[in-house]
Amino acid sequence: MTRRDPQLLLQAAPFLRRGITTPGLMVDVLLGLSPVVLAAIYFFGLSAIAVMVAATVGAVGTEWLLSPARPRGASLRDGSAILTGVILGLCLPPGMALWMAFLGGVAAIGLGKLVFGGLGQNLFNPALVGRAFLQAAFPTAITTWSEQGTITEFATVRAGNFALPFMQGPVDAVTTATPLGLMKFEGTLTPLNDLLLGNTAGSLGETCSLLIIIGGIFLILRRTMDWRIPAAILLTVAVFSGIVYAIKPDAYPSPLFMLFSGGLLFGAVYMATDPVTSPLTPRGAWIFGLGVGLLVVLIRLWGGLPEGVMYAILLMNAATPLIDRIAQPRAFGRTETGEAMA
Amino acid sequence: MNGELLTRTFRHGVHPAEHKEQTEDLPLARMPFVDRYVLPLSQHLGAPSVPAVEVGQQVQRGQIIAEPAGFVSTTLHSPVTGVVRALALRRHPAGQMVRCIEIEADAFATQRLDDGRPIDWRALSLDEFIAHVQRAGMVGMGGAAFPTHVKYKLPEGKRCQRLVVNGCECEPYLTCDHRLMIERPEAVVRGMEIVATRLGAGSATIGVEMNKPDAVDALRGVITEGMTIRVVPLKVKYPQGAEKMLIKALFGREVPAGKFPVDLDIVVNNVASMAALADYFDRGQPLIERAITVAGPGVERPANLIVPIGTPVRAVMRYCKLSEDTRQIVMGGPMMGAPLAALDVPVLKGTSGLLAFTNGVISDANEYACVRCGKCLEACGNFLNPSRLARLAQAGRWDELERMHAMDCMECGACTYACPSGVPIVHLIRAAKAAMRDRKARAS
Repeated sequence: MTRRDPQLLLQAAPFLRRGITTPGLMVDVLLGLSPVVLAAIYFFGLSAIAVMVAATVGAVGTEWLLSPARPRGASLRDGSAILTGVILGLCLPPGMALWMAFLGGVAAIGLGKLVFGGLGQNLFNPALVGRAFLQAAFPTAITTWSEQGTITEFATVRAGNFALPFMQGPVDAVTTATPLGLMKFEGTLTPLNDLLLGNTAGSLGETCSLLIIIGGIFLILRRTMDWRIPAAILLTVAVFSGIVYAIKPDAYPSPLFMLFSGGLLFGAVYMATDPVTSPLTPRGAWIFGLGVGLLVVLIRLWGGLPEGVMYAILLMNAATPLIDRIAQPRAFGRTETGEAMA
Repeated sequence: MNGELLTRTFRHGVHPAEHKEQTEDLPLARMPFVDRYVLPLSQHLGAPSVPAVEVGQQVQRGQIIAEPAGFVSTTLHSPVTGVVRALALRRHPAGQMVRCIEIEADAFATQRLDDGRPIDWRALSLDEFIAHVQRAGMVGMGGAAFPTHVKYKLPEGKRCQRLVVNGCECEPYLTCDHRLMIERPEAVVRGMEIVATRLGAGSATIGVEMNKPDAVDALRGVITEGMTIRVVPLKVKYPQGAEKMLIKALFGREVPAGKFPVDLDIVVNNVASMAALADYFDRGQPLIERAITVAGPGVERPANLIVPIGTPVRAVMRYCKLSEDTRQIVMGGPMMGAPLAALDVPVLKGTSGLLAFTNGVISDANEYACVRCGKCLEACGNFLNPSRLARLAQAGRWDELERMHAMDCMECGACTYACPSGVPIVHLIRAAKAAMRDRKARAS
């Protein structure tokens, strides 16, 4: 009795894998985002859902339509387009017109990712490219902040959401200013408690600092995210603004206000840590975070805009290839300059 | 655990699931003799051995059948009593056809190996000792199969201050070194004593990972007073068995890039090689058999087997009942081993295991784009940038690969194990290294 030999498969070693996959990492980030998403819905009701969905549909649709991956839609499997859409949605104001949010998603994937060759090749954080596009195209809409609703107003959708393309749409009755806007243009400071709990105006995802911190800790514990980047950004902002505050406390905000206001925490935790557009090496991560932190303080305190997180991260994204080049780890058995040890 | 608070290790690396439970409690057992053995003339690094027998000639178990072809080459012995049936091309586990000696075992021979006279190694000069090690056919049994005697011939100006023995067995699934340390600790320690004394080493250290506390105890149990042999428990981590990582773990020192342990006055050997050397000097038995682990979901009767060198994989797999749904057979460990294309290849001196995997176990072949997550950098014990090296390798940018120290890569595969995108990083680097060596050879 003879038995046929098994049909043996030839693969190269190693034959074991850790079992963590790239789509799994994306799911992790979405889980880490979930407290912030829920808070946005709690604070801004159906408007929050509508804006996030519009941005995500724009992002996913563009990936499906324009990605060169075949069969069509194959590149959606990695989950990155959904993530880009959700993050973009979270950094838009609640009263944003839905068609603008959708267009932001299109720009994020089309201009932010696919023109560079798709996932892993892009230089800039796609969600921020989307937001920068909207900021340039619709400067008023993206800085019009509606007030938070109470829980009874959950189903009330903000009028601005339904503006039609290129028309003067209905305008929100009640608009207000963000804590950073109040600080910059009116010189009033929002109490720290409100900043921590999210009792302020702002983009969907940036209001409640506490939940962002919880999401960040989750991602750090899961080792999905490089802790060095948020650590370096926050440390730099605290130290730099602390020095300025110590010199002239009546003219500048305290470091605590700087840390917990605006998009700093959201950007430091969810956007600066995008692995594709931040340095690979631990040393690079520190340099990158330092750069983002310095730029944020510079723009906020002395620039023309109240908020600088977006431009700070985009600028450091551009510097990432250079940082990676100079911040290689010291190889085993070699000196810092790369020579073999004596 | 035995109370070592600070268990030593190297930096970076990975911790794959160990999968050792399948065989770690199975004692070393002998496999019955089969009718044919195939001995490639090249089972070691260096020049292939030169046949010293003719077709049709009777040979005894342990008899020399091929002589070394120079210093970086070694001796080959018949693993059985029988008749030389062929001196011809046969398939090597790596796939190519190589010159082999094929021996048909004498079905009526007892195959008993009479104890030879012990060799008085204390009376030997260093050069005589080295000649004996070469005559015993010793090679590194951890997988690289570098002729052992070459390691003992220290370059001018170097000396051996420390003997290091590798008892890490950091590859998943493999347990034959573990069994050897539990069942024959005295042979391991004896081999260390012989080598340390002959090389004039001031100390001898054996590193054992903490998932083998019984091996630590067994080895310590046979070390008598007056010996300068230390057993050091190490944290479980891959690739701790790589000699440079082992030295870092034990002494905190880095072997310079492009250099060897001997440049730090250290000689590194595998535990199996130590026991084999003890067998040679105490009983006159050359390297004609070795312990291998046969495991994996594709074998129904897993085992730790002592098999004669040259045993066909087909015979081993028949003995261990290869299951029908096997899709992949690996020679060596699952991290650095080589896939087999066919069953008709022999067990070599450097073979530490045979693993069979079934359909469901072969890793998911999905490949995603690299998202530069940096998991490979955290895995790399050499502190290279595997992500970047893989991209450069795909683009064929040789000069940049050189600048980023691609040649330092030890090909342990930790980066590829850790990669969430399933990029075959180490495969790309391996190919690039071969291409770079080629270019260099052509240029000169």
